[in-house]
Amino acid sequence: MSGPQPASAADEIAAVFRRERGKAVATLIRVLGNIDAAEEAVQDAFVRALEKWPIEGIPPSPAGWIVTTAKNRAIDVVRRESSREDRYKGAALIHGSAGVERDIASGVAARLDEAVEDDQLRLIFTCCHPALAMEAQVALTLRLIGGLETRDIARAFLTPEPTMAQRLVRAKRKIAAANIPYRVPTSEELPQRLSAALAVIYLIFNEGYSATMDPTRPDLAREATRLGRELVHLLPEALEARGLLALMLLTEARRPARFAPDGAIVLLADQDRSLWDPALLREGRELVIGCLTRREGGPYQVQAAIAAVHGSAARFEDTDWAQILALYDQLFAFQPTAVVELNRAVALAEVRGPGAGLALVEGLPLDRYHLWHATRANLLDRLGRGSEARAAYAAAAELTSNPAEREFLLRMASGA
Amino acid sequence: MTQYLLTVHHNYDQEQPAGREVTELFDAVDRFNKDIIAAGQLVFAGGLEAPHTATVVAMRDGAVVTTDGPFAETREAVGGFWVIEAADLDQALEIAGRATAACQAPVEVRPFESE
Repeated sequence: MSGPQPASAADEIAAVFRRERGKAVATLIRVLGNIDAAEEAVQDAFVRALEKWPIEGIPPSPAGWIVTTAKNRAIDVVRRESSREDRYKGAALIHGSAGVERDIASGVAARLDEAVEDDQLRLIFTCCHPALAMEAQVALTLRLIGGLETRDIARAFLTPEPTMAQRLVRAKRKIAAANIPYRVPTSEELPQRLSAALAVIYLIFNEGYSATMDPTRPDLAREATRLGRELVHLLPEALEARGLLALMLLTEARRPARFAPDGAIVLLADQDRSLWDPALLREGRELVIGCLTRREGGPYQVQAAIAAVHGSAARFEDTDWAQILALYDQLFAFQPTAVVELNRAVALAEVRGPGAGLALVEGLPLDRYHLWHATRANLLDRLGRGSEARAAYAAAAELTSNPAEREFLLRMASGA
Repeated sequence: MTQYLLTVHHNYDQEQPAGREVTELFDAVDRFNKDIIAAGQLVFAGGLEAPHTATVVAMRDGAVVTTDGPFAETREAVGGFWVIEAADLDQALEIAGRATAACQAPVEVRPFESE
């Protein structure tokens, strides 16, 4: 086929690259010892693909093509750099275990065929290294693993693009200067390092989930789910990774029912449950059941179990609150925080009445947290203390930064 | 290998340990020093006198001017330091973990510029 390509061909190529970019970057960082060089090599491969694919068609294995093309290009770059020994030495490198090879190009070629899955893990644990600030971990994860453009990450976090670009540059500079290693954590380190990676993914998910429907912002919830899936695939033994994936799927399943057509929030009690996504619910529930049979427990698994109990109730009235309360007791054992207590109070109110729930809520030091006020308001309302309830809804509205939430809370405060 | 500066951030407002506590602390730091020397990780280390013993010299209008220190009046100041050599940041952080346990103060880990 000749002649100008329809715009969709470029879009399709861009979509393939977005999906496969993380894998290619992960391998190339190990091979080249440098994040920027890896990103450039993949970018070059993208340019080549835009030239070639429209003529030759999308290759049967796009990922393989990208990695091979980027690698060849990278070998050229390394050859050129290595002939200028001084520049090469001065370049900021992440040293792999192999160190710097004498014949760099052949060393690169030899290391190309090592296991790629370990590369993806290396990249995840480098992006989520505890020496980096949380916001840097999030930005790096979305950029390097998720393949999002800097401008899209900036938009997702309502941050100016130069600020986000600066954040990424600094994080990469720290990785190089402080010599953050590119390796999979040892089994001793793994639990702590894994929980840091899970926290990053869950933060990305929540950012996407709590954002109102702004079609110009990238879908972070879907991105986080994809990252979660990848982690489960890479670390099949990590039950907490499964727990997080299940939690995200079960939460995501309810998304179609969370907003009314006019954008207003619909509470769990009032949601049209026929809108819940049955495939996501099923997948999430199966993951939860798989975890429960292993009986190792963990905060994400318990939260997923809670979401699964909600997901199993055909109507709000059918919810097994005793089960949910028991699960919150378990969660509190893992995370003895006031926010968990607040959620437990909601379940307690269903099991033992709003008075018991309110007594628990009143004692919590959360008066800067909008959901504390909203929960309190709901319980006061159910106890027939209407004016106190409205004041509490107003206080909650003051404290939220989410427009849809604020609108909902103000409506409740006005007694409508 | 990368060299890192490990600085001990000492809180000079806090009541200073005394008697047996001091001996125990010194012993712990001593053991830590011996360990990193044995492992070939120590480049250089030292403990510092209190910040009020410092003097600052700076250029002002083309001349060197000497003033009473410290450079910055802060509650926390560097009380001592190690220069270590480690394979990567993870190893440096592991060493710093033992350092902070020994000296009972926060330790900052900062890489040296590679040449």
